[in-house]
Amino acid sequence: MTIQFNDETFRDDYSFHNSDWAIKRFPFPFHEDSYMYAVNMEQHRGGPEGSVYEKRFDVDEHYVAEMRDRAMVLADDPLRCQSLPHMTLAGWDLLELIMVSKSEDYPDLFELHHDADQWRWVNKPLGIDDTFTFLDETTLPYGPMEYITRQTQGDFCVLDQREENLWMDAGMVTTQADWSLDFDLGMNFFEWHAPVPLAHEMGIFKRALKFLLNIQQGAPARRMNWTMTVNPLLDTSPENYHKWGIQKTTLTPENIGSKQHLRVELQTFFRLPRSNALVFPIRCYLCSFQDLMTMPKWGRRLHRVVRDLPVELATYKGFIDNRPMMLDYLSQFDDGLPTSPGVFPEPETEPPLNKAG
Amino acid sequence: MSAAPQKAKAGAEQINVKVSAVVPLNDLVTRFEFQRTDGQRLPTFSGGAHTVVTMNDDGRTRLNPYSLMSDPTDTSTYAISVRRDDQGRGGSLFMHTRVKVGDEMQITYPVNLFSLDLRAKKHVFFAGGIGITPFMSMIAQLERSNGNWELHYAVRTEALGTYVDELRYKFPNKVHVYYDDQSQSIPLEELLDGQPLGTNAYVCGPKGMIDWIHATAAAAGWPDAQVHSEEFTAPQPGKPFEVRLCKSDKTIQVGESESLLEALEREGVEAPFLCRGGACGQCETDVVSYDGEFIHRDHWLEPEQQAGQKIMPCVSRFVGASLEIDR
Repeated sequence: MTIQFNDETFRDDYSFHNSDWAIKRFPFPFHEDSYMYAVNMEQHRGGPEGSVYEKRFDVDEHYVAEMRDRAMVLADDPLRCQSLPHMTLAGWDLLELIMVSKSEDYPDLFELHHDADQWRWVNKPLGIDDTFTFLDETTLPYGPMEYITRQTQGDFCVLDQREENLWMDAGMVTTQADWSLDFDLGMNFFEWHAPVPLAHEMGIFKRALKFLLNIQQGAPARRMNWTMTVNPLLDTSPENYHKWGIQKTTLTPENIGSKQHLRVELQTFFRLPRSNALVFPIRCYLCSFQDLMTMPKWGRRLHRVVRDLPVELATYKGFIDNRPMMLDYLSQFDDGLPTSPGVFPEPETEPPLNKAG
Repeated sequence: MSAAPQKAKAGAEQINVKVSAVVPLNDLVTRFEFQRTDGQRLPTFSGGAHTVVTMNDDGRTRLNPYSLMSDPTDTSTYAISVRRDDQGRGGSLFMHTRVKVGDEMQITYPVNLFSLDLRAKKHVFFAGGIGITPFMSMIAQLERSNGNWELHYAVRTEALGTYVDELRYKFPNKVHVYYDDQSQSIPLEELLDGQPLGTNAYVCGPKGMIDWIHATAAAAGWPDAQVHSEEFTAPQPGKPFEVRLCKSDKTIQVGESESLLEALEREGVEAPFLCRGGACGQCETDVVSYDGEFIHRDHWLEPEQQAGQKIMPCVSRFVGASLEIDR
C-alpha cells in the first residue's frame, strides 16, 4: 500500500492525529488485564500483515512529520545525537541495515543501488537522492548514524559490547520517555537502568542483559514498553522537562480523552555485523485515550491495568497524580465483561460496551 | 505481550553452503571454503567470529565450532582452517577424511565471542598453533581501517607454521614468528612492558599459553579488561555416565565419545547452545542433585557454581553414582 503521510505537529498546536488505520494497528501493549515487568522478549521476524511488527523498521503515516520534529530538536540541542569515536563502524553497520531493510520492505518508498563501494540512496518521502562511498565519512553530510537516523522513525541506542556488558556509546535520542543520552553516554547496562524501581530486585536486568549479549546476527529480537504522555509530545526529555512537565497539570475531566496519550515503545535489537555492536531502536507510538476507547477490548483492559498498577510503577511512569482522573474517565468504558487474551483489539468478535453513559 | 510469539531456536541461524575448496596446508591443517548453495551473499562478520559446522557422520550429527578466518568483508566465501586431532572425538577427522569439494553442509551465522575492542589504540595478538585462525580475520579487518596491530605467533616447527609464509610476505614488519623446535619463545615481559597506553592484548592458543599471558599481563599491571582470550575446549571423551532429566522425566546414558549436550540432543531434549566449547554460557544447566564428582571443563561458571550448582553440558562430564539435572 502507499502511505498517505500526515501533515501534523508534535508541539505547539499538537495537530498530531491517528487515522482509523493507525488506531487499528496501534501496538497496544497489554496482553492481559494486568501488568508487571517481564523481560518479555520474542524474536523480531515479522508479524501479522499490516501490523507494526511486520517490517524490520516500520514506516507509518507519521514518518515525514516525525522527521521534521527530529530536525527541530537537533537544531535546538545537537547533543541529542552523539557517537564516541570507536562507534563509527557501528554507525555504518546501522546505515546498511536500515537502507537494506527499508529498500526491501518498502520498494515504492526507498531505493538502494550499489556499485562496489559507491552507494546511491533514494528516500522518496523526504525527497533525498544521495550518492556516497560506503565507509568513507567524508562523502556524507553527517556521520553515518546521524545521517540514517535523521531518516528513520524511533530513537536509536548503539551499544558497544565488551567485558560481558553493554555500553551506551552512541545514539540518536529525540523521542524519549524522560531519559537523556547526554547523561547516559558511556554508561553500562546496569548504570543506565539504575533509576528503574522494582526490576533490579526482581533480577530482571541480569536476565535481560544475558539475553541481549547473546542476540546473534540473523536473529533480531523485540519487546514492548509503555508510559503515559499528556499531549502528543515526542520529545519528553529531561532537558525539556520545564516545557512539558507542567503540561501534566493541564488535564481536566473534559479534555482528558483527547489530551492523555498512551505512549508505547516497540523496542527491537539487532546484532551489527562489522562492529559486533548491538543496536537498540526504540520506536514510539502515541494514541489518545479517546481513540483507544473506540476498541471495546482496549477500553475494558486499560481501565483494569491503570487501576491495579503498583504505586511505584505509576510514580516512575509519571502519572500517579493524574491516576484518579484517568480512572474516572476510563471506568466509563469498563462494563466488567471478560476480555479475550492477546494484544489485538478483535473489534469483530469483542462485545460492544454494555454500559449506559 | 505476544504479537507473534516464536520460540528461540537452539543455536544460531543456519546457512546452507557447499564446499568450494579444500586446501591442505601442512601435515595437520587443512583449509575449507564455503559458498552459499542459493548463490546469495554470506553475511559480513566481525574479526574473531566463529561458525558452527554441522557434520553428518553416518547418521551421527556432529557440531563443531571453527573461527572464520577469511576477510570479513568477503561475502562470497567463508574459510575455516581445521587442525586434525587424531585423539579427538572425530569431528576434525571427519572434516579431513570425508569432506570434499562440492559437498553440501550447514553452517551457522557468525557468532563473535572474541571481538576486537574498537577503542584500542593498538592491538597485540598472541597466537599459538591453530590459534592463529581468529587473528587472520581480525588482521584483515584492521588492515581495511588502518588499524595499529602486531602479531606474535608461536609454532612448533617451520613445517607446521600455518599461514606463516603468507603473513610474513604481506606484513613483514608486523608479524613475529617463534619456533618451538629452535627453542625460540615469545619475549612476553618485554613486549608487555613497551606498549603505549590503550593497547589491548589478545591471545588464542593452548590453555597454558592463555594462562601465561593473563598472569604475566596482570603482574605487569595490565587491566584485565584489556587482555582478551578465546579458548574453545573441544569436548573430551570420558567414561560413560547416566543422567536423570527431571523436566523431561527421562533417564539417559552419555556415551564415551559424546558430550552430555549431544546426548540430550540425541534424546530429543532441546537445550540452547551457541559455541559448544564452554565459553558462551548458553547451555548452562542447573544441577538438581548429585552423588559423585564433576569434571568441569568450561570457562563460564564461577567456582561456587561448579561446586554442585550448575554444569555446562557442552564440555563437562560426571563420574559417580547419580546425577539429576534441570532439563
